[in-house]
Amino acid sequence: MTDRFVSRGFVGRRQASGRGNRIPPGQHEITDFPVLSAGPTPHTPLDRWDFRIEGLVDQPVRWTWPELTALPAQDYVVDISCVTKWTHLDMRWRGVSVDVLLEHVRLDPRAAFAIVFADGGYTTNLPIADLVNGQAFVAWEYDGGPLSPPHGGPGRMVVPHLYFWKSAKWVRGIRFVERDQPGFWESLGYNNHGDPWKEERYSGD
Amino acid sequence: MSGLLAWQIATVTEIGVETPTVKSFTFALPAFRPHLAGQHYDLRLTAEDGYQAQRSYSIASEPMRAGEVVLTVERIPDGEVSTYLHDVVVPGDRAELRGPIGGYFVWEAASGGPLLLIAGGSGVVPLLSMLRHRASAGSHVPTALVCSSRTREDVIAFDEVAALAAADPSLHVLQTLTRSQPPGWTGLARRIDREMLAEAIGLLGGPPRTFICGPTLLVEAAAEALVDLGLAPAQIKTERFGPTGA
Repeated sequence: MTDRFVSRGFVGRRQASGRGNRIPPGQHEITDFPVLSAGPTPHTPLDRWDFRIEGLVDQPVRWTWPELTALPAQDYVVDISCVTKWTHLDMRWRGVSVDVLLEHVRLDPRAAFAIVFADGGYTTNLPIADLVNGQAFVAWEYDGGPLSPPHGGPGRMVVPHLYFWKSAKWVRGIRFVERDQPGFWESLGYNNHGDPWKEERYSGD
Repeated sequence: MSGLLAWQIATVTEIGVETPTVKSFTFALPAFRPHLAGQHYDLRLTAEDGYQAQRSYSIASEPMRAGEVVLTVERIPDGEVSTYLHDVVVPGDRAELRGPIGGYFVWEAASGGPLLLIAGGSGVVPLLSMLRHRASAGSHVPTALVCSSRTREDVIAFDEVAALAAADPSLHVLQTLTRSQPPGWTGLARRIDREMLAEAIGLLGGPPRTFICGPTLLVEAAAEALVDLGLAPAQIKTERFGPTGA
């Protein structure tokens, strides 16, 4: 075992007991909600907004804003970890499960990956297994109120078990594909998968 | 950009005081890799009992300073890592660094211009790396820096940036102080707004690629204003910088 490096005089701040094991490695707990965006906030008027599922499905499907928000929704309380090292516990959202959305399509057997796409050209990629079985939802409310544009409103994807860049802001749909396609951050040095518990931050991690 | 980014033990060789709340730490890196202006390093501290804390800090130095990087860090009053760096670390101390990281918010002289750099407070750090790189690369792409700080004492690298501009007619610097101005101040004295950005764009002779870095509200407002002024959203890159309880 190699000698572990110790920072002279560093004591640090420990988590309150019981919470420490909820903070993934290299993360620290915050209670605010930073805005981290790569560019200007898009603003698609709601009467032109839609959410689509397309690609390797039998029939593409599309919901307008009123249609999407009329789907069976639920409240979520989840822990969110951003690759920039913050973790916020017990964030409250409201939205529709991706499982509910997928009830409206039939996936082609060749479909293996999901490309989540958003306004402004942003994409992020996930294996289908990371998107289903209660692991992802499209949220339009945060903390009891409408999701604000800087935080991804009107609607964003939320995938709590992966780093938050996989939770595409200003989401507009999911395209199912056979071969994986690294998305925006995945093509810029960030990990293709992004599991905070394995500290999959950067390419090669 | 690929390959394993390994943690390395870097040694602090110099600490410079930039402002009452900002210090620059020069780290000698055993495995230095030239970075791109705008990238950052992750820094990790380890306590005796194994507890660790990590943060990301933008590189202030330009890429041709082989073997070392300068991280310019703002002291956040209740920050876990920044207070340690400011209050405890002395030259000779070591820290684990990993990097350089980031493929998006970067600029190389070869990318050309015009270049519009907009900063609030310590958000200027990655943009300083770009300006220092620009100077050392001998680039004269039309460039404007719009930098907002609270007071004159809070402006990072004021003299250095003024000197760069004085020596280079293709570099324009608009310093604005939002809280108070010293006697005889001839710079701007208000928050960055649409009019100020229009003035900066007017100095550049063509639509620029833009980098904005600073507190969320400043970044949000500046980005909106630029889109409103007709700049293409895809040419505007933003990076939020500053306290998130760090």
